[in-house]
Amino acid sequence: MDVRFDVELVAVTKRYGSTVAVDAVSLRIPHASYCCLLGPSGCGKTSTLRMIAGHEAVSDGDILINGANVTLAPPIRRGTAMMFQSYALFPHLNCLDNVAFSLKMRGVAKAERHKRARGFLALVHMETFAERLPSQLSGGQQQRVALARALITQPRVLLLDEPLSALDPFLRIKVREELKRLQRELAITFIHVTHSQDEAMAMADMMVVMEDGQIRQAGPPREVFEQPASAFVARFIGGHNVLSGARGPIAVRADRCRLGVPNDGPHVSGRVAAVEYQGGMVRVALAMESGDEISALVPDATFYGAPVEPGDPATFVWSEHDTHLLASA
Amino acid sequence: MSGPSADRPWTFYVLGALFGAWLLFLYGPMVVIYVLSFQGPNGGVTFPMVGTSLTWFRDIIRPGQMANIPVAFGRSIGLAALVSALTVVISVAAGLGFRRRFPGSGVLFYLAVASLVMPSLLVGFGIGLGFQVLGLHPGLFTSALGAQLTWTLPFGLFTMFAVVSRFNRSYEEAANDLGATAFQRLIHVTLPILLPGIIGIAMGAFTLSYDEYARTTLTIGARNTLPLEIYALISSATSPTLFAIGTLTTTVSFLLIGVTLVVVFRMQRRRAAVVVKG
Repeated sequence: MDVRFDVELVAVTKRYGSTVAVDAVSLRIPHASYCCLLGPSGCGKTSTLRMIAGHEAVSDGDILINGANVTLAPPIRRGTAMMFQSYALFPHLNCLDNVAFSLKMRGVAKAERHKRARGFLALVHMETFAERLPSQLSGGQQQRVALARALITQPRVLLLDEPLSALDPFLRIKVREELKRLQRELAITFIHVTHSQDEAMAMADMMVVMEDGQIRQAGPPREVFEQPASAFVARFIGGHNVLSGARGPIAVRADRCRLGVPNDGPHVSGRVAAVEYQGGMVRVALAMESGDEISALVPDATFYGAPVEPGDPATFVWSEHDTHLLASA
Repeated sequence: MSGPSADRPWTFYVLGALFGAWLLFLYGPMVVIYVLSFQGPNGGVTFPMVGTSLTWFRDIIRPGQMANIPVAFGRSIGLAALVSALTVVISVAAGLGFRRRFPGSGVLFYLAVASLVMPSLLVGFGIGLGFQVLGLHPGLFTSALGAQLTWTLPFGLFTMFAVVSRFNRSYEEAANDLGATAFQRLIHVTLPILLPGIIGIAMGAFTLSYDEYARTTLTIGARNTLPLEIYALISSATSPTLFAIGTLTTTVSFLLIGVTLVVVFRMQRRRAAVVVKG
């Protein structure tokens, strides 16, 4: 039995009637890693997560957790715990009883389960809110309680369904650090579903880009960003221009493009369509003759050394080794 | 700065007056009855009031013509409690079951609610006739109970649909995720979350049963419920006692509804701000 992997999906398929939501997905997630399932809505990422959790029946294929086949097992026998997008805290129970719920179901005595629940509330810095009802908490606080409630089952794999989508942008960055810290400290696998490539790149050890029920690319975020496998991946993770080259589609990172003059190296010409000041960088959008737009991210100092205005003719240049060949779709 | 009242159009006053007239039409007769039930001992069933007294209330419990009222009241409460309990059990179970489409669920649904649109007197007549054909004695907890359920069950089912449609399924998934068995999930999660709605169904069924007349009258057998008893009295005797009975029974209804509203309102306010997202 190979237990180097916390989660293994073997040709996992989900069909709803005649539509295929997840199409023979295979994936191995190494021990104690932070894995982000990334993709546009309807790509099958949430269905995949729910099948791992056991909330959705698998149409075909197998799911292994820590080497054991759990395809038909109920959620609690899988070693997984799920944090729901809406948190799904029970509205009639206070925080302490919400966290202690799984222990109560297992018949743990009240004093013991409350003691342990307090410990997990402390882990997420919510011990002072033990007596509050979920309705008396902010979204961020509810999320912490939901996290404690999931972790008290001592899962090997924690499943998070768009955990940051209900939070405001500032809180999102804070919570994202905290989730990552918890994952490192607990040394368990987190599988985090998101449609935000920023989130995935910031958090993931392993980033899985999905489209149309299939995995388009899986690997460390740096690898995916530096070597996107297809035009879809390059476009979806952002920061790339997808162009047609002599030998098929190519991707060029926006931050590798510079304003320059036509030369022997790779370049494209057109008119400046927009200039966006972004702080340290300035984004220049160029409308090419074909009508398509490409972007360059230029350091502010460089840009203001020789600024351009919308409507000006301009040329983007980059070096040959920044041209990344994509698999033709 | 002029308040919103300054520029209200004339239609506001016309519609307001119409609404006022409607309220008067709705509650005026009831108020008249409540006032007249405190008629003095020498007064009659109409104005003017000849002093005020509790004579007619005392008349209800005094042995004599009104002797059947307290016992009929007891029957009505007993029957209403049983109808309410059965309605809750059956419609909650059905409401939870109907969340999933199953073969024949559409037909079953229309069958269940059809009795809501059938003329109530006919339903009662049919049940009474059926008991006679089968040689059974109609009674309070047999034919009358059944007749009232044909009225309260569709109502309970409809209410349950509304309650269930706002219920977020992820609560149940979370319970599964945390290792609850199907039974534990029902007891510790689903029912407590649905409780305000369930109390509403119980109270609704109770009040529907408590003043049901048309279906009950042909299925009751020998011993009357309160509405039937009152109706019999109206045709035989007229005294302010009838008004006193009306005042008392209305008070019981209002007390029940008031208590329920307070309980449900407090429950929902506790949970009001819970984020529920699809």
